[in-house]
Amino acid sequence: MTEEMLEVSVWKGDAKGAFVTYQVRRQENQTVLDLVTHIQRYMDPGLSYRFACRVGVCGSCAMTVNGKPRWTCRSHVSNVVEDGRIEIRPLESLPVVKDLVVDMTDFFDKWAQAKGSFVPTCSRNDEIAAVSPTDKKRRLADAGIECIGCGVCYATCDVVAWKPGYLGPAALNRAWTLVNDVRDGGNDERLRAVAGDDGCLSCHSQQGCVERCPQKLNPTMAIAGLKRESVKAALKGKL
Amino acid sequence: MTENTVRSETWLWLAQRTSAIVLAVCIAVHLTTMIIAMQGGVSTAEIAGRVGGNPVWLVFYGIFLAAVSVHAPIGIRTVLQETTSLSAKRIGLLTMLLGLFVFVLGVRTILGLYQMAPTS
Repeated sequence: MTEEMLEVSVWKGDAKGAFVTYQVRRQENQTVLDLVTHIQRYMDPGLSYRFACRVGVCGSCAMTVNGKPRWTCRSHVSNVVEDGRIEIRPLESLPVVKDLVVDMTDFFDKWAQAKGSFVPTCSRNDEIAAVSPTDKKRRLADAGIECIGCGVCYATCDVVAWKPGYLGPAALNRAWTLVNDVRDGGNDERLRAVAGDDGCLSCHSQQGCVERCPQKLNPTMAIAGLKRESVKAALKGKL
Repeated sequence: MTENTVRSETWLWLAQRTSAIVLAVCIAVHLTTMIIAMQGGVSTAEIAGRVGGNPVWLVFYGIFLAAVSVHAPIGIRTVLQETTSLSAKRIGLLTMLLGLFVFVLGVRTILGLYQMAPTS
């Protein structure tokens, strides 16, 4: 019996690089990250890529697979292969460092721009805040907190591609979880950061982020919430 | 982004959404009327008979025009921002002129129709 082989095209070089094609043996249980690891270990030791946990927790292995951004460690070859071929490129909308590695600086800087860090209203000497898990605001926050920061939504978002200043789905989703955190005290400043031209108001609700998010989060809904809160703040003269 | 920009962008967004609500109603009324009026063809006399000298249609199309003049330039401003490398200032000026142009044309049309005497 002949072994089934996969034709794997991998991006090599920086933004001006090109695809190099490798023949990799098809295995029954094989992820896209397995393919890249196999190529790096046995065929091309110079290949650069990023990964850590291999189990869908760390969010570091996202790449463009057959045209779509995916977390490669949890993407099975059987689900993404097309006619025995797989094309692996670095994520879109982020500068390529080398091969499959992109510079995530812009992506994470935008979390900071969107005031994505918790602003405490109590000190360690105060009573612990009692927040019911069934509270409406808590549920809204819970819906978005499982983001692993993989950048898949950012790479799939057309608005990010059109407007490089746009904060993007992940940073805005993060801001929305904090807007709904009753313990947080930074909302006025946060809404000023996420309203406006590069913020939530630029979202076209195309929902590419919802479609592609490996954690099945809904950044579009979070952004819609931010739009409502921004408008309320504007009407109250708080912006 | 300055505070002023954040505020003005948010107001523009709100203006566009609000005008969209007005447009949804106006377009529905306009299309329904057109479809009903078009039964068996339409003539200048018919149009003049319906809208000429009628203050209700004057006010209706006035509101319709105001909504279009607000809605369209803001939308085109966004499209230009996303698809061209023109500066924000230039895009603002271009779309403001467009809004003004649409408004002036609209006012001329509405007043022209209102002043048309219904032929008996």
